[in-house]
Amino acid sequence: MAAVRTSSEITFNRVAIVAVLLVTIIFLAPIYWIASTAFKPRNLATTIPPTVVFQPEISPFVKLFTKRSQLRSPPSPEEYAAAPWWERVVFDGGEKIVRDGKGQVQWSGYPSRFLNSLIIAITSTVLAVGMGTFTAYGFSRFKVKGEADLLFFILSTRMLPPVVVAIPMFLMYRAVGLNDSHIGLIILYTAFNLSFSVWLMKGFMDEIPKEYEEAALVDGYTRMEAFFKIVLPEAATGIAATAVFCFITAWNEYAFALIMTNRRAQTAPPFIPSQVGSGLPDWTVIAAGTFLFLLPVAIFTFLLRNHLLRGMSFGAIRK
Amino acid sequence: MATTMITTLDRSSRAAARGLSDISIRNLFIIPTVLFLIVFNIFPLIYSLGYSFTDFRASTNAPANFVGLQNYRDLLNDPYVWSNFAITAKYVIVSVVGQLLVGFGVAMLLNRDIPLKGLITTLLLLPMMLSMAVVGLFWKLLYDPSWGVINYALGLGNFEWLADPKMALYAVALTDIWMWSPFVMLLSLAGLSAVPKHLYEAAAIDRAGPFYTFFRITLPLVAPILMIAVIFRTMEAFKTFDLAYILTSQPTAELISIRLYKMAFQEWQTGRSCAMAYIVLIMVLAITNIYVKYLNKVKER
Repeated sequence: MAAVRTSSEITFNRVAIVAVLLVTIIFLAPIYWIASTAFKPRNLATTIPPTVVFQPEISPFVKLFTKRSQLRSPPSPEEYAAAPWWERVVFDGGEKIVRDGKGQVQWSGYPSRFLNSLIIAITSTVLAVGMGTFTAYGFSRFKVKGEADLLFFILSTRMLPPVVVAIPMFLMYRAVGLNDSHIGLIILYTAFNLSFSVWLMKGFMDEIPKEYEEAALVDGYTRMEAFFKIVLPEAATGIAATAVFCFITAWNEYAFALIMTNRRAQTAPPFIPSQVGSGLPDWTVIAAGTFLFLLPVAIFTFLLRNHLLRGMSFGAIRK
Repeated sequence: MATTMITTLDRSSRAAARGLSDISIRNLFIIPTVLFLIVFNIFPLIYSLGYSFTDFRASTNAPANFVGLQNYRDLLNDPYVWSNFAITAKYVIVSVVGQLLVGFGVAMLLNRDIPLKGLITTLLLLPMMLSMAVVGLFWKLLYDPSWGVINYALGLGNFEWLADPKMALYAVALTDIWMWSPFVMLLSLAGLSAVPKHLYEAAAIDRAGPFYTFFRITLPLVAPILMIAVIFRTMEAFKTFDLAYILTSQPTAELISIRLYKMAFQEWQTGRSCAMAYIVLIMVLAITNIYVKYLNKVKER
């Protein structure tokens, strides 16, 4: 039975499509503004009216990675001619790249923070998803006394505001010397993501028919063999999706990183805002740092698009 | 944790004799995780419960003195703390209601045949996946009274968003609405697409108007999933720290998490902040409990 489509319904449909496009543009505008500011010359970042059309530049990225100081006097023509392109870009902005006694370019704080973010996010993801997969299998296949309570306990540890957990963790870490260490943050993020990983993986495990393993058990596999050879390959998609969610959570985390690290193990999220000091910040450099930082998550979002609903609702809604 | 278990494994089979028993495997798989969470989540909380009864300051070497319930009494009698809770409540309401309206509204618009629907949906979901702290920082530039794009686009002149005590909290909520409406939209879309088409067809045959159809068919059927979205966002909004901390330092936008952070790591009132953390913790556990109960109810259907 086909629904009758009146002309007013068709008109409404068209209006809705236009509205959707408008909403999409509005929602993406802030992200577009970050990306475009990352390629602007500094003087065009804060103009009235805002600059929309401009010649894109790579200079914010050069500045992002290097330590610079104000030029007192312009560089001599020889010095300018001898400089590589990336140094000239900085000269053009009235600054020079700081070099040490041996003439080595000094890096800014950004690359090490980015690297810290990578190390900490990847390690904690591997740990949380690894442990979570085993535990989820345990909950999915075996009878566990007080299962509902245990699962609630596992979930509730994640529901606390980070600052509530951070106060005692800070004191404990200080006592054992784990403040501002990679291991310290890795443990925190693993604990934080473990509950999520157990909940999400349990849903994926529940969907794998028990009959698969039972057939393997009958064929003479041990339970362990059946788990590794039958269940894990079946759960691969779920594991990958869970891992990406854990990675994004650890990658984006701010409060723990702010409290627990200050330099050596600092990740990008507390570092990027700390660049906005007093005076006029160079928004192009901040945008360049933000752009590089957001890029992995943007890519992952596209890869995850079919699992977003499930992951973001803690596995509450499956599709 | 001695319990029975269900298995079809024949106990006398060769494999059973060769491998670990199911009970050992279950314990091996579950116990390490539970222990890990106890050590790194529960133990710290017990640790801070102890400190909450003392006047300990982590910035000095002075030994902690037991003060009993003094911290709790002081906090519950502190109008400043109550105002932080009131600010947080206001923030939660504004931002969750905003997300609900925008998110559900956009989902209603999207719930039809639209070219490139998949791509548009994914693009709309992007904000919620990004780092609150890092993207939030950039909203400072967007909100800037002199050269912010928002004032320019809306023709607001030099309107102060973050520096105005009255406006700051709403500006933070607006950014939060931008980030998290996509979440409500995602859940609403799932709910809307699950509404059986024949109900609409039946309504059309009965010449039911669009309002009747919406309030009698669409809304009741999507309500459970919307409720999940509301509970989720309520909890998250209650916990908000990053966004408000980065965007503004207005006392009128000082959420409970920020007060707690300042008390613990700027004023170094460690004992008192532990007590405060416990008050917050009890509130969160209460909300979580309601949430999980509701979730189980929805799952049963």
